Amino acid sequence: MEHFAFFTIAFVAVASALGLVLRRNPIHGALFLVVNLGSVAAVYLMLGAEFLAAAQVIIYAGAIMVLFVFAIMVLIPRTEETSPDPLRPARLVAVPLGAVLLLEIGLIWESPLLSTPGATRPPGDIGSVGRLLFTTYLFPFEVTSVLLLAALVGVLALAKRKAP
Amino acid sequence: MVPESYYAGLSAILFSIGVVGVLVRRNPLVIFMSIELMLNAANLALVAFGQRFGTVEAQALVFFVMTVAAAEVAVGLAIIVTIFRLRHRLSVDDLSLMRW
Repeated sequence: MEHFAFFTIAFVAVASALGLVLRRNPIHGALFLVVNLGSVAAVYLMLGAEFLAAAQVIIYAGAIMVLFVFAIMVLIPRTEETSPDPLRPARLVAVPLGAVLLLEIGLIWESPLLSTPGATRPPGDIGSVGRLLFTTYLFPFEVTSVLLLAALVGVLALAKRKAP
Repeated sequence: MVPESYYAGLSAILFSIGVVGVLVRRNPLVIFMSIELMLNAANLALVAFGQRFGTVEAQALVFFVMTVAAAEVAVGLAIIVTIFRLRHRLSVDDLSLMRW
């Protein structure tokens, strides 16, 4: 039963990722990305990481996708961007490179790290993650706030500039 | 119980699709979405290996990756919108020059 659920979610995730890459229209791409982010959140739930599943939905599907939607609304795609690409030479490099990366899956399957029986799964609720964030990782956690503030100021500086 | 190698395999597939998307597509918005896909795949691998070795620290790391991804998307989309205002075109093939 758990295998069936996993393979269903994995199929949805891979299909939506392929849809993002293969569809020409960036609006369709954004919708496929929302589906993919949701399915990854479901995978987090299967792994027992409840906090990350909630954070995934709130941060990615909520905040980041809203940014993408606003950007797509500002940059209304014209016909030249929704029509098929002319065949790029990069494609000749990209597809073999993707195949090589996929071969790494084989190495992962053979890895002794994953074939030995694992430790007991840790809790993934917000209590255990928050305790770790506010003790061991307190300094990186504070740096995170500085990073977000710097990004905010940088975006404002870019957006306030008048086009010549 | 689904073995963790399945999750690692799903993460590798998603990461490969993201790499191909970054290399093939011309629209900078779609390239950014492919980068998000790759970050998600890395997060998935982190969580899977963290559960495998019985540690919560991987989930704290994923939290930081999500924060950096949010900041990166905000700044990157602002840069794309600024370039579009200046150029009125939106294709990475036109952006090989660093000055305009």
